[in-house]
Amino acid sequence: MGKANNTDGQVKSSTLRRRKTLVAYSFIMPNLIGFFIFTFVPIVFSLFLSFCEWDSGNPLKFVGLKNFITMFTKDKSFWISLTNTIYYTVVTTPLTLGLALFLAVLMNKPLKGRVFFRSVLFFPYVASLVAIAVVWMALFNPEKGPVNGILMALGIANPPRWAASTTWAMPTIIGLTVWKGMGYYMIVYLAALQGISRELYEAASLDGANGWQKFWNVTWPGILPTTFYILMMLLVATFKSYDTMYITTQGGPGEATKVLAYHIYNQAFKNAKFGYASAVAMVLLAIILVVTLIQFKYEKKFSND
Amino acid sequence: MTSSDKLTAGEIVRKVLLYVALIIMAFIMLVPFAWMISASLKFEKDVFSFPIVWIPENPQWSNYSEIWQKVPLLTGFFNSVKLTVCVTILQLATSSLAAYAFAKLEFKGRDTIFMLYIMTIAIPWQVYMVPQYKMMTLFGLTDSHLGIVLMHAFTATGVFLMRQFFMGIPTELLEAARIDGLSEYGIWAKLMLPLSKPVIATLCLTSFTFEWNDFMGPLIYLSTTEKKTLQVMLRMFNTQYSSNYALIMAAATVALIPVLILFVFLQRYFVEGVATSGLKG
Repeated sequence: MGKANNTDGQVKSSTLRRRKTLVAYSFIMPNLIGFFIFTFVPIVFSLFLSFCEWDSGNPLKFVGLKNFITMFTKDKSFWISLTNTIYYTVVTTPLTLGLALFLAVLMNKPLKGRVFFRSVLFFPYVASLVAIAVVWMALFNPEKGPVNGILMALGIANPPRWAASTTWAMPTIIGLTVWKGMGYYMIVYLAALQGISRELYEAASLDGANGWQKFWNVTWPGILPTTFYILMMLLVATFKSYDTMYITTQGGPGEATKVLAYHIYNQAFKNAKFGYASAVAMVLLAIILVVTLIQFKYEKKFSND
Repeated sequence: MTSSDKLTAGEIVRKVLLYVALIIMAFIMLVPFAWMISASLKFEKDVFSFPIVWIPENPQWSNYSEIWQKVPLLTGFFNSVKLTVCVTILQLATSSLAAYAFAKLEFKGRDTIFMLYIMTIAIPWQVYMVPQYKMMTLFGLTDSHLGIVLMHAFTATGVFLMRQFFMGIPTELLEAARIDGLSEYGIWAKLMLPLSKPVIATLCLTSFTFEWNDFMGPLIYLSTTEKKTLQVMLRMFNTQYSSNYALIMAAATVALIPVLILFVFLQRYFVEGVATSGLKG
C-alpha cells in the first residue's frame, strides 16, 4: 500500500510527509513549549548566570570566572556545605541501600500480612516531609523528647542533644532521611528479586548451597543492575537534597547541617546574589553529571550482559 | 525422618526470626505516627510526660477544631487540591500526547528532541531554581498559582515514563486502526489511552504525591498567605506555635490524612508504579 502511494508522484508524497510531521508536532508541542520555556531555558540561563554578577538592585554584569574564584578561594561556607553534603550522601546512601535490600529479602519470603508490612514500610515515603519532620524533631527533642527519656531511663546520663548539637544534628537528619526513604527502594528491590527465576534457586539447592551461598551466587548477581541503579538514584537524591535541613535545623546549629543546595538557596533568596548562587549550582550540576555519566557507561555494560 | 524433623524445627526458628525482624521494623515505622496522633489528643502539659501515655485519659478533640482558627489551614488545603489537580491533569494530557509522537510517529527531529528531554531529566531543580525564579519574576508569575502549575506541568520524566509504556504497545494495532480510518488523535484517545491505564495510574500518583508534598517550590514562590499551600501553612503553624506541640501534632495529622486515605485505597498502584518505573531506569 505504501508503494502505491509513492507512485502517485513525489508532490503528493512530500505533502503527505509534511502533513505527518505537522501532526506529530501538534502532539509534542503542548509539552515541548512548556518544557522549553519553564525548564530548558532556565537550565541554559543558569550556565550563563554563573559567569555574572547579579545582586538584588544592580543590573546584570558579566564577570567571567570571578564567582568561581571567590567560591573556591574565599567562601568558607561553600567548603563547609560541600563537606556536609558529602558526609550526608556517603552515610545516607549505603544505609538506605543496605536496609532496603535487607527488608526486600525478608519480604520476598512466603509471608502472612505481606501487604500490611509493605504498606507500613512504604508509607513514610509518600508522607509529607513537613509533617514527618516536626514529629521527628519532637521525638528527638533534647530536653523533653521521648527518645532521650528512654535513653536516660536506660541509664545514659547525658544523651546526645540531637538536632541541637553540632555533632549529632547531621546523624539525626540522616536517620530521618533513611527512615523515610528506605521503603521506596525496598519496593524497587522487591520487584528485582521477584524477577529472579525460581529454577536458579532450585538448582542451587540441588548443589547443596545454604542460604548465604544462595544469596551470594544467585540473588546478588541477579540484583546487581538494580543495586547499581538504586545507588545512582540515591547519590543524586541525597546530593541535591536540602528541604529536610531547611525544615528541621535551618542548616544549623552553626553550619553543621548546611548542604550545597541550601547554600544556593541562601545566596539567592536570602542574600539576593543570583549570579553567585548560580555558580554554586554549577558545582552541584558538575557532581551530578559525573554520577549520571558513570551511570550511562555502566548501564550499557549491564544491559549487554 | 529425623533430618526432615530437624529441617522443620529450623524452619520454624527462621520463620519466627523473620516475623520478629519485620515486626520490629514495622514498629519503628509506625511509632512516630502513633506518637503524633497520641500527642495531638493531649493537653499541652502532658505531651512530653514520661513514661509515654499512649492513650490519653481525656482526649482533647478540641485541639482539632482549634488548629483551623490559628492558621488558615483550610485555605491551604484547597490551594493544595487546586494545584495538585491542575498539575496532574495537565501533566497527564501533555505527556501522553508527546509520548505518543515520540513512541509511534516518525518525523524529522524526533530523536534530537527526545535526547534533549533525556538529558534534562538528570538535572535537578536545585541547579536551575535560581534563574527560573528570576525568569518567573520577569513574567510576573511569582506569587501566583498559575506560575507553579506552569513550572510543574511539563516534565521530561512524565514524557519518558509514558513513552516507555507506549513503546510496548504493538504497532500492528495502530496500523489496523489507521486502516479503519482513525486519525492519529483518534488512535491516541481511543486506543493508546485505554490501553495505558497502569502507566496513567503511576503518573497520576507520582504527580499527586510530588505536588501535594512539595514544600520548597511554594515556599519560594508564594508570599501571600491566602495563596499558600497546605505544606507551607503547616510550616507556618510549626514556627508560629512552636511551643504548642499538641496543636502542631493535630495539624500534622490533618495534613497526612489525604495521602493516607489515597494510599490505603490505591497502595497496589503506588507499589506497582515504583516497581515498574524503578526497574526500567
